[in-house]
Amino acid sequence: MTRSSKIFRYVGKRLLQGVPIIIAIVVINFFLLNLAEGDAVDVLAGEAGSATPEYMEQLRKRFGLDQPLPVQLMVYLKNVLSLDLGYSFRHEMPVNALIFDRFAATGLLMTSTIILAVGFGILLGLLAAMRLNTWKDNIITVFALITYATPLFWVGLMMIVVFSLNLGWFPTSGMTNVAAFYEGWDYVVDVSRHLVLPTITLSLFYLALYTRMMRASMLEQYGQDYVVTARAKGLTERRITYVHVLRNALLPVVTMAGVQVGALIGGSVIVESVFAWPGLGMLAFESLFARDLNLLLGIFLLSSMLVVAVNLIVDIIYCFLDPRIEVN
Amino acid sequence: MTQKLLSINDLSILLPIGADRQYAVQDIGVELHAGETVCVVGESGSGKSLTARAVMGLLPAPHVRVDRGEIIFGDEDITKVSYERLRGLRGSEISMIFQEPMTALNPVMTIGDQIDEIFRYHVSMSAKERAKKALSLLVDVNLPDPAKIIDAYPHELSGGQRQRSMIAMALALGPKILIADEPTTALDVTTQAQILQLIKDMQKRLDTGVLFITHDFGVVADIADRVVVMQDGKIVETGTTKQVLQTPSHPYTKSLIAAIPRLKPRKARSRAAEVVLKTEGVCKSFGGGNSFFGLGRANREVKAVQNVQIELRRGETLGVVGESGSGKSTLARCVIRLIDSDEGKLQLGDVDITKLSRNELRPHRKRVQMVFQDPFASLNPRIRVGDIISQGPILQGVDQEDASKRTYELLDIVGLDRRSFERFPHEFSGGQRQRIGIARALSLKPDILVADEPVSALDVSIQAQILELLDDIRAQMDLSMLFITHDLRVAAQVCDYVAVMQSGKIVEMGPTAELFANPKDAYTQSLLAAIPGKDWHFSEFKT
Repeated sequence: MTRSSKIFRYVGKRLLQGVPIIIAIVVINFFLLNLAEGDAVDVLAGEAGSATPEYMEQLRKRFGLDQPLPVQLMVYLKNVLSLDLGYSFRHEMPVNALIFDRFAATGLLMTSTIILAVGFGILLGLLAAMRLNTWKDNIITVFALITYATPLFWVGLMMIVVFSLNLGWFPTSGMTNVAAFYEGWDYVVDVSRHLVLPTITLSLFYLALYTRMMRASMLEQYGQDYVVTARAKGLTERRITYVHVLRNALLPVVTMAGVQVGALIGGSVIVESVFAWPGLGMLAFESLFARDLNLLLGIFLLSSMLVVAVNLIVDIIYCFLDPRIEVN
Repeated sequence: MTQKLLSINDLSILLPIGADRQYAVQDIGVELHAGETVCVVGESGSGKSLTARAVMGLLPAPHVRVDRGEIIFGDEDITKVSYERLRGLRGSEISMIFQEPMTALNPVMTIGDQIDEIFRYHVSMSAKERAKKALSLLVDVNLPDPAKIIDAYPHELSGGQRQRSMIAMALALGPKILIADEPTTALDVTTQAQILQLIKDMQKRLDTGVLFITHDFGVVADIADRVVVMQDGKIVETGTTKQVLQTPSHPYTKSLIAAIPRLKPRKARSRAAEVVLKTEGVCKSFGGGNSFFGLGRANREVKAVQNVQIELRRGETLGVVGESGSGKSTLARCVIRLIDSDEGKLQLGDVDITKLSRNELRPHRKRVQMVFQDPFASLNPRIRVGDIISQGPILQGVDQEDASKRTYELLDIVGLDRRSFERFPHEFSGGQRQRIGIARALSLKPDILVADEPVSALDVSIQAQILELLDDIRAQMDLSMLFITHDLRVAAQVCDYVAVMQSGKIVEMGPTAELFANPKDAYTQSLLAAIPGKDWHFSEFKT
């Protein structure tokens, strides 16, 4: 069997394996969320301020919340399998429409963050390792150390203070300029301008992490025997660094990046709140307080699917980077 | 006299401040002529590898550097030439091959690409020509199916194939000098013989001067024209192979040669009647699990041990010899139930331990103890030596005071200072640690000692001491020993009986002397034929 057909088989197998994992996640989440006191009716009644117990009973019946938990779970699972994630009482919209709308925003933020963090992390780490113990290395190391240790929300606030309020280079919050109704190219530019500060804020921590990892990984690889062989063959240092060492040094960084995509969704809650970015993180945060369990479950489901998918992608990238990994 | 290729004159290499000596290599002089093989021999830490690196200008700068002296190649001094010139020499005029071909090759690059680089950086040729040349090189080094190997990654080849690829790479541009740094140490004995032959053949064809670094006098006897013996960074003796091996003048050389295990198998002692260990039909496989949901193919199954029968009587030593992957270590682990065998019966003395549960097995554990190969990895670095040795008896119910007393006695027996009790393993050398490992195994007063390659990580002089110690202990305590080794010389010296293993099966078993004198199985014959220096009778010296 050729390598590419092997990879196809592997992808198919992994996708199939993902199904039971995601169902298990749905079930566990369902019970976890139901462990919390109170439901959507309590919140609605509390906000209305004058709901009678009879009215609350009626509401529960309408939402199906009076049924025993296992029945509710079965109903929910059945709906999920038919791609219906239910109805958000809070937003009075189907969950599907709500989260797919918000997912685009989060997806954009995450993608740009990963590209920035991994790309620059690798670049800076490479540079630091090549200029070991010089001023360049020192500056990069200190920069990585500081950003690594700074809390996300504080970076976000400082970004707004410096670049939005004082310098006025970027907008303070949101994803678009609501009043402008841009279309076409103008819209793209507008969104990009809004994207800059949240992306930098979210990526700084990971940037620092990957820089440090890449530097350590490069230094480790420089000490390997095959580097001595390459020197003994009379190759230039340039060739040794960029062809021999770099590819080997990338492996642990790619692994780490894959693992952290899940964590990135968590991190985006804070950043989306600070920058009022209309994404999933903010939505999850709101729905948690509104006891909007349908919506919350939908978000969790989407995130878990995302993590499964990203892990698969990373594993495939790994196959191409490292021929020692066998796909089967 | 043939053309002189290389002369190292009064070379001294400085070690970083704080190292255990000031110079890695001090005032050495070595000459190498075309078509000649010069072996640099010494134990670990003698400076032989750094000498080789220095010739390539590959010292780990800036910490280790040439302090004085010169390395003359042609009419240039390699210690003084520019970086660009040095780069030009490397790979084209002077090449190098290394000990461990797995780590010496880039794991994520094909063999073809790694050979191709040499051409790209030294000569101008079209891609097509380069590919053709690379292929013919692989043919030259007798690789099977070179068209496939050119696109293979290092991990897809066997150890011998990898080393052949390394040699192809090193000889790509027909260098004047080949530096071989222990190129066969990591290989099995039959592969080693083939690689040595290949180096000799290629040398003859290209008239290369070979600077061969090794610790193994057997290899020296097989390949060297002249020998340089190094100790602690100094050359103690130089001469032709015959001179050095037969009439060595320096006491250090004499002691090294005296420490080589002789290929004179010992006579089997009269057999005791008591059987201490018996196995019947032991089998063990790895892998072969089914895949998830029945998708994909089942994993590859490796039959590590197949249907093995052995019998060990009181007081005797049974050697299990074989090449890497033959299943000898798996067998040892099965026998003492560190891993459970799939099938078969294990009889320890009069107890059948095959089916005993962990708890039932515990009282019998002390009867079999193990000595491991790697004295560095097998001792817990955070536990004091005294505790390492006394832990076993205490777990078996001996009280603290008696256990400590016994530990001090054991330290005496294995020849360590009593003060070692309070020290940590890292404070000891490899040989001393192996002594600690032996003391630990003896602390439970076992009937059987399973020694898994106990001397293969040690220098030859230390190896001789440890073998002697094991033999003394065996006689003193009337121990039986299961001795796992890949080294037939060692097996000849210590074993009463030998079992030869190949891919999980015992192909031949018998009294050592008989088996060495008259091997019946073809595989045993090939193993014996491949022992380096087997035709050489090293002279006996009193040390």
